[in-house]
Amino acid sequence: MATLKELSHKKELLSGGHRACAGCTEPIAVRQILMATDTPIVVCCPTGCLEVTTTIFPYTAWRMPWIHSAFENAAATISGVETGYKALKKRGKIDKEIKFIAIGGDGGTYDIGFQSLSGAMERGHNILYVCLDNEAYMNTGIQRSSATPKGAHTTTSPAGKVIPGKKTFRKDLSACIAAHNVPYVAQSIPSMWKDLTNKVQKALAVNGPTFINVLVPCRLGWGFPPEKAIDIGREAVNSCFWPLYEVENGEWKLTYKPKEKTPVKDWLKSQVRFKHLFRPENESILQEIQTEVDHNWERLQKLCEFSVGLV
Amino acid sequence: MRVTKTGNEAMAEAMRQINPDVVAAYPITPATEIVQIFANFVADGLVDTEFIAVESEHSAMSACIGACAVGARTMTSTASQGLALMWEMLYIASGLRLPIVLAEVNRSLSSPINIHCDHSDTMGARDAGWIQIFCENAQEAYDSLIQAVRIAEESLLPIMVTTDGFIISHGMETMELIEDKEVKTFIGEYKPKYTVLDIDNPITMGAIDFTDYYFEHKRQTIEAMRNSKEIIAKVNQEFGAKFGRHYEFFEEYKLEDADIAIVVLGSTAGTSKVVIDELRQKGIKAGLLKLRVFRPFPVQEIAQILSRIPCVAVMDRSDSLNASGGPVWTEIRSALYDFNTRPKMINYIYGLGGRNIGLEMLRSVFEDLKNILKTDKIDKQIRYLGVRE
Repeated sequence: MATLKELSHKKELLSGGHRACAGCTEPIAVRQILMATDTPIVVCCPTGCLEVTTTIFPYTAWRMPWIHSAFENAAATISGVETGYKALKKRGKIDKEIKFIAIGGDGGTYDIGFQSLSGAMERGHNILYVCLDNEAYMNTGIQRSSATPKGAHTTTSPAGKVIPGKKTFRKDLSACIAAHNVPYVAQSIPSMWKDLTNKVQKALAVNGPTFINVLVPCRLGWGFPPEKAIDIGREAVNSCFWPLYEVENGEWKLTYKPKEKTPVKDWLKSQVRFKHLFRPENESILQEIQTEVDHNWERLQKLCEFSVGLV
Repeated sequence: MRVTKTGNEAMAEAMRQINPDVVAAYPITPATEIVQIFANFVADGLVDTEFIAVESEHSAMSACIGACAVGARTMTSTASQGLALMWEMLYIASGLRLPIVLAEVNRSLSSPINIHCDHSDTMGARDAGWIQIFCENAQEAYDSLIQAVRIAEESLLPIMVTTDGFIISHGMETMELIEDKEVKTFIGEYKPKYTVLDIDNPITMGAIDFTDYYFEHKRQTIEAMRNSKEIIAKVNQEFGAKFGRHYEFFEEYKLEDADIAIVVLGSTAGTSKVVIDELRQKGIKAGLLKLRVFRPFPVQEIAQILSRIPCVAVMDRSDSLNASGGPVWTEIRSALYDFNTRPKMINYIYGLGGRNIGLEMLRSVFEDLKNILKTDKIDKQIRYLGVRE
């Protein structure tokens, strides 16, 4: 794997001057992803923050081929791109080696795009699908998604007088995709650049569909100072709210184990969306969230332990 | 070569001869067979197309968009709810100027659910920026699908060629096939100007437009549709010269001296011709305008012809649910507005959900037209043919 110094010398494929918010971790994640390989890449984005902030006509921040068609179908669109490439290669009309990555948000991936993602994973296209999960529909103004954590305030799961934010826990999409028995699934975060670039490199080396779920802290939707974006992400990992792991050919592996598992409320406290949970009447919710995080962490460790050598 | 085939077989056969780079499709009655037959061609190595059996029609059109964006010759097939599920992506295909070819089998839309023919699905997509060709029989469907490849690629607009569900799709007909290599020569090789595979000259396809550019880009698509008329005419002409079967935007059947005439799309044209022949034998000057290319709408040409006919019935196999008639009716009425002489006109909504349209019903239409011609009076302008009410 390349060193940070080596990576810093590579040409940036996503230029500056895009219109993402200050402190947004999406462009950081994208730059890390695109740095992970020397093979030319075509990127497909569904409608979302990344698309609208990087492609306002007549400008583009992409120094590489890029396509967008609609919101719920990045996986289907990239399926077509990859298949078209395969067809043209077979007929001798193109000879270059090219890799294909779809990059969607949690709305376009966990929710409206879930069917198309499932279809693409099942059909075995040679693609990498990256979900940039900022835990709500940030592009339309912070509405809840199925990736929104329990208790979070969003504009469609507001913390009101009777309902204290989102009622349910988030969907475990990475596990859903792992259940498709694809060769490589992982969770990562741009706060740990080496973890993310390693995983992208691994995924792109695989022949077949792969998936990486990347937690991208959203300054606006989560409510934290822009300069804290990377730290907040690291805190999500250290509290085991967002564990870093990979599922390689059915084998679950932790790729990072915090030295000390921090209380999840420390992470929640740093964000405006959870502010109401710290009122005395909502204490039980904080407890519920901690219990859920502990339970998931336990389960993940067991999966890692038991899946070794099963494949 | 003379063969006997159903409309679906004819469409699939054309697809085999076209041998597209990519087909992405999802089965739906009555278009399922097209996909099945084509999957067999792929499985048997008769084509070297990459076939993607997607999980929905929405993904079918999305995958077609992706494939076409890399410069692959791309086709699909659908009907009814499937076309409705593609609706969002139809606009994106035309907006991105991707020459996708779709074999569409006309079928009603839910609810109530019904698998039989009417034109509600295709008419629902009429404003999506796709060229639309309606076919009278399997021969036309086969010929038009071959022409469609050229038309789409030259106009940089997607195109759908339609047959009437079950009536054409499942009905057997004798037809003429073109030799494989002649089809290959006729369609030539697709050489796209831009592709998202050009890593040395990267493009951003499908960017966001705000108020400062969206209108200009739409305007270009509008212009492409206008320009496609010339391309369609050229391809029609070339096809006719080469294979002896001539097609126009519409067919005039005994219209020259007609006093009464009907306008129809699709399979009903064949039945209408039988009735017109009958009437002609009785000395009644009846005629038919069979509209083949509905998008782009040949507004001037149609109006020119119909303006000199005293009495016309427009037959719609779908309703706009606008409380004022069917889609073909609205367009034809509008086309005639600028003419000083205009026919007396009535609109028939007929055949919804596969309700049969027989000789007797068409005779009654001409009977109504005769009465209007005689009395110069129209009591009811929008009429529903063959419905219990």
